[in-house]
Amino acid sequence: MKLQRYGLVAGLVVGVLALSACGSDNNDSSSSAGSGSSASGTAPAGSIDCASGTLSWDGSSAQKTAVTQWVQQYQNQCSDASINYQGQGSGAGRTAFYSGQIPVAGSDASIADGDRGKADARCSGGKAIDLPMVLTPVEFIYNVKGVSDLTVTPSILAKIFSGKITTWNDPEIAAANKGVTLPDTTITTVHRSKDSGTTQNFASFLAAQVPDLWTYGTGQAWKAPGGQGAADSSALVQSVKGMDGAIGYVDGPDATKNSLTPAKLDVGSGAVEPNADTVGKAISAAQVSGDEQDVVLKINYGLKDAGAYPAILATYEITCTKGLTAGQAKFVKSFLTYTASDAGQAELAKLGYSPLPTDLAGRVRSSIDSLSAT
Amino acid sequence: MREREPVGPTIGTATTPSVGGGPPVAGEISGAAVRPGDRVFRSLSVAAGATVLLIMAAIAAFLIVRSVPALRANTADFFTFEQWLPDESPVQFGIAALLFHTLMTGLLAMIMAVPVSIGVALFITYYAPRRVSSTLGYFVDLLAAVPSIVYGLWGFAFLAPNLTGLTLWLDKWFGWIPLFDYQLQNRPNNLTDFTAGIILAIMILPIISSISREVFGQVPRDQVEAALALGATRWEMIRTSVLPFGRSGVVSASILGLGRALGETLAVTIVLSTVYGISWHITQSGGVTFAMNIALKYGEAGTVGTNALIASGLCLFIITLAVNFSAQLIIRRRKGA
Amino acid sequence: MAVSAEPRTGVPTPGPSLRGRTLPTYALPGFAVAAVLLTLLLWATTGFAGRAGFVVFALLLFVALQTLVSFGVEGRRQAVNRLFTTLVTVAFLIALTPLVLIVWYTVKEGAGAISDHFLTHSMFRVDPSEPGGGIYHAIVGTLIQTALATVIAAPLGVLAAIYLVEYGAGRRFARAVSFFVDVMTGVPSIVAGLFIYAFWILALGFQKSGFAGSLALLILMLPVIIRSTEEMLKIVPNDLREASYALGVPKWRTILRVVLPTAIGGIVTGIMLGVARIMGETAPLLLLVGINQRIEFNPFAGTAEQVPQESLPTFIFEQFQLAAGNTDSEPFQRAWGAALVLIVIIGLLSAVARLIARFARVRG
Repeated sequence: MKLQRYGLVAGLVVGVLALSACGSDNNDSSSSAGSGSSASGTAPAGSIDCASGTLSWDGSSAQKTAVTQWVQQYQNQCSDASINYQGQGSGAGRTAFYSGQIPVAGSDASIADGDRGKADARCSGGKAIDLPMVLTPVEFIYNVKGVSDLTVTPSILAKIFSGKITTWNDPEIAAANKGVTLPDTTITTVHRSKDSGTTQNFASFLAAQVPDLWTYGTGQAWKAPGGQGAADSSALVQSVKGMDGAIGYVDGPDATKNSLTPAKLDVGSGAVEPNADTVGKAISAAQVSGDEQDVVLKINYGLKDAGAYPAILATYEITCTKGLTAGQAKFVKSFLTYTASDAGQAELAKLGYSPLPTDLAGRVRSSIDSLSAT
Repeated sequence: MREREPVGPTIGTATTPSVGGGPPVAGEISGAAVRPGDRVFRSLSVAAGATVLLIMAAIAAFLIVRSVPALRANTADFFTFEQWLPDESPVQFGIAALLFHTLMTGLLAMIMAVPVSIGVALFITYYAPRRVSSTLGYFVDLLAAVPSIVYGLWGFAFLAPNLTGLTLWLDKWFGWIPLFDYQLQNRPNNLTDFTAGIILAIMILPIISSISREVFGQVPRDQVEAALALGATRWEMIRTSVLPFGRSGVVSASILGLGRALGETLAVTIVLSTVYGISWHITQSGGVTFAMNIALKYGEAGTVGTNALIASGLCLFIITLAVNFSAQLIIRRRKGA
Repeated sequence: MAVSAEPRTGVPTPGPSLRGRTLPTYALPGFAVAAVLLTLLLWATTGFAGRAGFVVFALLLFVALQTLVSFGVEGRRQAVNRLFTTLVTVAFLIALTPLVLIVWYTVKEGAGAISDHFLTHSMFRVDPSEPGGGIYHAIVGTLIQTALATVIAAPLGVLAAIYLVEYGAGRRFARAVSFFVDVMTGVPSIVAGLFIYAFWILALGFQKSGFAGSLALLILMLPVIIRSTEEMLKIVPNDLREASYALGVPKWRTILRVVLPTAIGGIVTGIMLGVARIMGETAPLLLLVGINQRIEFNPFAGTAEQVPQESLPTFIFEQFQLAAGNTDSEPFQRAWGAALVLIVIIGLLSAVARLIARFARVRG
């Protein structure tokens, strides 16, 4: 009896030990398409100034897809480097950065005035700066039977998402979509339950374009009545795909991943689809404030120029000019140099983001060049 | 709490064992040494019990200390306001919607899970053939092996779409009860309190049923056989011998289950569509529970926001306290102890 | 009891049978068939539709038929007995249905991702949107974090239960402990996570690590262990204890050698319930541990320069986020594959625990 009992336990222990011996981090060798990545645009060999060690950071989930791709490319080039991005949210990232736990954070909003003190204190000897790195259009996905080319205006969006327009064949929608037969299906809107930068930018866009129609604030929390809440973007996409008559808002990459065609946006000068050019045009109209190293964008959500798509989101990397440990500083600088480079930004377009326009990219790059450890 | 107290030697005295409980009989053997083993072991177990209290005290302290600043900053009525906007100005947040939906989903889960769990436990202990009962019990316990995220995703991707028939049927035949009334024009998406209640019921079923099973299985055989010998049918035997014996165990198990249901985070977050409002139409609209609210808002919450979430955690804590307290009252009154 | 009225003639008049009339054995299947046929008829002729509705209606018909006929033939008591037999069986089937559905769904979505490579490699240097990579690092993390939590919670919980049952019965302190154990079950996983975050990481200044995750997990596990161990201990018959005391065995020895082994089956089940509960927890792990692509055996490795452990629930969560709703994508498949592996691991552990309990149980 005892033998059986101990035997079983011994067997378990041996099993566990065996298990611990048989796993591997090495995914390069045989893994089918893993290493021969079909992602072209691999940075030409030697173009990255590699750092070594581990970089662990956190921040916005909107840029997670971009960061994952960058990390892939960086690690492929730099065999001694290991980067780990949590993507738990801008708030969590900023908090971890201010308390010194991580050397860089991804954030959908630049450092708030109230947090300046904390942020600068964290960077002993220097200050905290914002570096815009990823631009994303806020895209509107929809599921309306028989409609594959939808155009919306800010006014239509505001009314749909606040429940004032309830069916797809509403005259205002029809007016923006001449020649398209719209069914009389009821509209179901899907928004983000979690606070998110996407919500914030969408709301800011509406508030700037049609302020009398959108009175539900410009914060990260969704406040308009009605509609359904989805916990995150993946649930949102599934909700929209699963319901006839649904419309929701997502980041560019989420729509691209699902091969969904977003609606065109007409801010007054014609229907515009979200792509690198239209987003670039909108960003070029943004004011860049902050001093030399701190690059803060004040996006003009109310832009009505032709060929511009002003419903956009900019994600910043917040880091220190000085005050990180030597290893961290080198790593952060090396990684950010890559992400801001042409090769790095070229990765973004494929994923559904928009690369930084040339001037802005130049400013960001020179700011990164000035980072140092002490 | 206990039906029969064990009589054992208290430290320092030897006693004549008395039958049926009661204080140690006089007539101690003087000079009996305190067994060190007893003292050590007793201290260890007391320490273990004290650790539980310590952990709870720490959690309570942390919850209270961190919620006070947010509660002070709140300009809306904490108990009746339905929205959650602690990081805006003015600071406004309230738990009305949270309270309603947490209790509603918990109640639904209990209504569905407790009878079924008792039935399952009875089936496995008294109706199934002895040889397979253990295996059957294992399968029911496998429901506990499913991680909560899988429950959430399965609920979202499979259960909710397939509940439309039931929702419409309930609306058609029982729509006169506001609970089941479905008033919208769209096809129901079923990301509602009702679906969340079903998912929670499935999640707490293994907990309640496995403990009930053990309790039912320990009914003294002589009581069972005595009932059968008197000519009771199997159900009458269960009704008279098993259920009364197992009552406190079942209640205890149900409270454990309810605790799990009230505090379940991820499954409810995925299945329930977020709506910060109160609605009795459980098949129609979504809602938001305490745990879900914390999970959703934590990532982006500012200082006041985080403290406000902790305040909501404190509320959940207090609710669980209240539930347990009333359960204790019920058990105590039944026993007459 | 019929007693012959004529002592001399011999054959006693048969009295009423003690057993009463019973339904013949073919009756039950007969009712079932009748119910199904009737429902089919109803479904074919009227507007009712739907498979679930069909099953429910047929079941209701069966129960009604059975109860009514039994009432007429066998009497009220038997009818009630049969009714409850059916109800109890139906309850069991209701409990099994979601299990079957969920397992089937998980297997359907996730079996495709499982391979030998999947189980033995991590996600290091793998582009998540491409095929490749595996969950080894997540499995290791989950097993280690769960083991840590169990190693702390199991002895603590069993000892606390021993206190409640053996030493503290009736005392106020014990009542307080028992009450708060119940309250502890209601602590949401995310509040436990927040508490450990404020206590271990903010106040004490440690890094996010696998161990921090284990601490939160043990708060969730402890009440389950205590409560079920308590129930098991309460049920051990007093005669065993008293016999042991009568033989002069000290109390602590009695508990260790007599009471615990008798209850060990239920105690192990309780611990397994606790393990199953925490193995699938995601929310506290996201707060306290985070995400990692590499294998990391050290649960104390933190975020700053080293990288913390991954675990299966956080892996599943992260892959779903990466999939962004695209059900054909690699991350989606991987997530379900990982979910399947997690369920299998927990199921295997439960089975092993039951085997141990069976071998270790003291009979009688």
